Amino acid sequence: MTDSESNLVTRRYLLLATSGVAAVGAAAAAVPFVRSWTPSAKARALGAPIRVDISKLEPGELLGPVPKWRGQPIFVLYRTESFLNSLGQDASKLADPQSKKSTQPDYARNEYRARDVRPEIGVYLGLCTHLGCSPQHYDESKARKKVANWKGGFFCPCHGSRFDMAGRVEKNFPAPTNLVVPPYRYETEDVIVIGEDTEVA
Amino acid sequence: MAESTDRQGFLSRCRTWIDERFPWTDTVDRHATKYYAPRNFNVWYVFGALSFFVLLLQLVTGVWLTMSYEPTGEGAFASIEYTMREVDFGWLIRYLHSTGASAFFVVVYIHMFRGFAYGSYRKPRELIWLIGMGIYLVLMAEGFFGYLLPWGNMSYWGAQVIVSLVGAIPFFGPDLMEWVRGDFVMSEITLNRFFALHVFALPGALVVLVFVHIVALHHVGSNNPDGIEIKSKKDENGVPLDGIPFHPYYTVHDFLAIVVFLIVFCAVVFYAPEMFGYFIEKPNFEIANPISTPEHIAPVWYYTPFYAMLRAATFPLFGIDAKFWGLVVMAGAILIPAALPWLDKSPVRSIRYKGRISKLMLALFVTSFIVLGYLGTIPPSAFATLLAQIGTIVYFSYFLLMPWYTRREKTKPVPDRVTG
Repeated sequence: MTDSESNLVTRRYLLLATSGVAAVGAAAAAVPFVRSWTPSAKARALGAPIRVDISKLEPGELLGPVPKWRGQPIFVLYRTESFLNSLGQDASKLADPQSKKSTQPDYARNEYRARDVRPEIGVYLGLCTHLGCSPQHYDESKARKKVANWKGGFFCPCHGSRFDMAGRVEKNFPAPTNLVVPPYRYETEDVIVIGEDTEVA
Repeated sequence: MAESTDRQGFLSRCRTWIDERFPWTDTVDRHATKYYAPRNFNVWYVFGALSFFVLLLQLVTGVWLTMSYEPTGEGAFASIEYTMREVDFGWLIRYLHSTGASAFFVVVYIHMFRGFAYGSYRKPRELIWLIGMGIYLVLMAEGFFGYLLPWGNMSYWGAQVIVSLVGAIPFFGPDLMEWVRGDFVMSEITLNRFFALHVFALPGALVVLVFVHIVALHHVGSNNPDGIEIKSKKDENGVPLDGIPFHPYYTVHDFLAIVVFLIVFCAVVFYAPEMFGYFIEKPNFEIANPISTPEHIAPVWYYTPFYAMLRAATFPLFGIDAKFWGLVVMAGAILIPAALPWLDKSPVRSIRYKGRISKLMLALFVTSFIVLGYLGTIPPSAFATLLAQIGTIVYFSYFLLMPWYTRREKTKPVPDRVTG
C-alpha cells in the first residue's frame, strides 16, 4: 500500500466517522422538537379526574355528554332492569360481545361492562371507536322509530355504527370495538370519580 | 453620438453592473427568452402556470388573513366573523383564500390529468413527476390544516375524523394520535400547531418544491401532446426546430389563461363562495362543539374520492380490522400515481398514439375518480358502499394493470415532428 492509498483509506474512515457522529447529533437534536408535540403539562393537568353526582339519575336516563373528562364527552347511563336481564340474548349480533378486543378497565370486563358495586350504571367515553365522532343516545322508543327491532343504545351519525346500552357494537358496522369504558370508581354510592380507579387520593 | 450612448448606456451599464454580481441576463435567457418550449402546446398546458398563479394568490391572501386571525380556542371563530364583517374587504380576502383552496385543487387535478394523458411522467421526467407528487401531498396537508383554523364545528369534527385515522395504525396508533393532537382531544393546542404548520412550515415547503419542480422541468424541457422529444431535431444554432421561446410566446398564452381563469374564479367568489356547501360546509358556520358531532360528516370535495375509498374497506383481512385497511387503501390511492413512470411500459408516451385499452382505462379511471368523489360526499348506504368498492377496484386497476396492457396493446406510429 502506498502512502496516498493509505491516506485515502484514512480519509474515508474519518469522513464516515464524522458523518456518523453528525447523524447521531442530528437525531438527538430532533428529540426536543418531537417531544414538544406530546401533551403539555397544562393539557395533562386538564385531564385530572372529574366527579359526577348521579343521585338524580333515573332508570333509562343518560347523563351526558356534558361531563367532560380530558375534554372528551362522557356518557353515564342508568340501564334498566330489563336491559340487564337481556344482556346475554343478542350475542350473535354483536362484534365483540365479551369485550375481549375492547378497551375497559379489568373490573369492567364483565357482561354489563361496569363495576360490580352498581352494575346498572354504565360509564363510557362518548366517542365512536371508529373515527372518533360522538354517538347519539337512543332510548327504546326513539330507537324503534329509527330502526325496527332496535332496542336502543347509541348511534354514530358519521359512519352509522350502532351500539347497545352496554356500549357493545353491532356486527357489520365500521366501529371495530365497543365504546371505551374509562377508569372510574365510586366515592360514595352516588358520586362517581371518572379518570382514576385507585382507592387512594 | 456620445450623448446617445450615454443615455442608452445608463440602463445597459446598470445591467452590466448587476450581471457582474448576479447572473440576471443569464437567468432570463435560460428560463424565458431562450427557453424553448414545444410549439404544439394545447389548452391542457396552461394549468401548470395557473397552479403557480393560484399559489401566489394563496400566499398573498393568506398573509393578509393572518393579520386579523387569532389562533386560540376562544378567539378563532370570532376572529373569522370579525374578518368577514368588520375588516374592510375582509370578506373578499377570506373568500379569495377559501375559494382559492378549491381552485388550487381544480387546476392541480387537471394539471395531473394532463400528465396522465400525455405521459409527462415518462423518462427523463420521472423526477419532475415525483417532485410534483410531493407538491400534491403538501397541498393536501395544507388544505387539511387550513380547514381547522376557522374552528367551526365541521372544522373540528372533520379534523377529529382524519386524525383518528392515524389511530388505525397497529401498536403506535393511539400514541401517535395523541402526539399529533398534543392533547387527548382536538383542542386549542392542536389548533395552534395546525396554524403554525399551515402558515409557516408547509407554505415554505411548497415554495421550495415548486422551485425545484420548475428547475427540473427546465433542465429536461417540456413534454408535449405528441409525446416526442423536440430536442432531437435542432437547427444549426442548436435551437429545437419545433421549439418557440417561452417568452414572449407562452407568457402571453399563460396570461390569457389567467384572465379566463379569473373570470370564472371571481364569479364563484362573488356569487357562490360556499359553493352550496362543497367549498365551505354548513356546520362550519357554527363554532366548534367538542360534544356534538354534525349530522353528516364529509370532507371538502377535493378529498372525497379518497374518503370514499377509505369507507369502501368494510371487511377485516388477515385478522386486522377494516379500519386499518381503509387507511391502507386511502394512502395507497393517494400515493400510487408516484409509481406511474415505472408502471407505464408503452413504447409511446402520448395517449394520442397509445392503443384502445389505454384510452379505455384512462376514461374508466377518470370516471371512477369522479364517481368516488361524489360518493364521498353522501352518507354511506349499502348501495353507495358497493359502488365505492367497484370504483376502488377500477381506480387501482388503471395503475396495477398498466404494465400488462401498455405492453400488450398495439400502438400507432409516432410522427417525426410535432403536429398541430
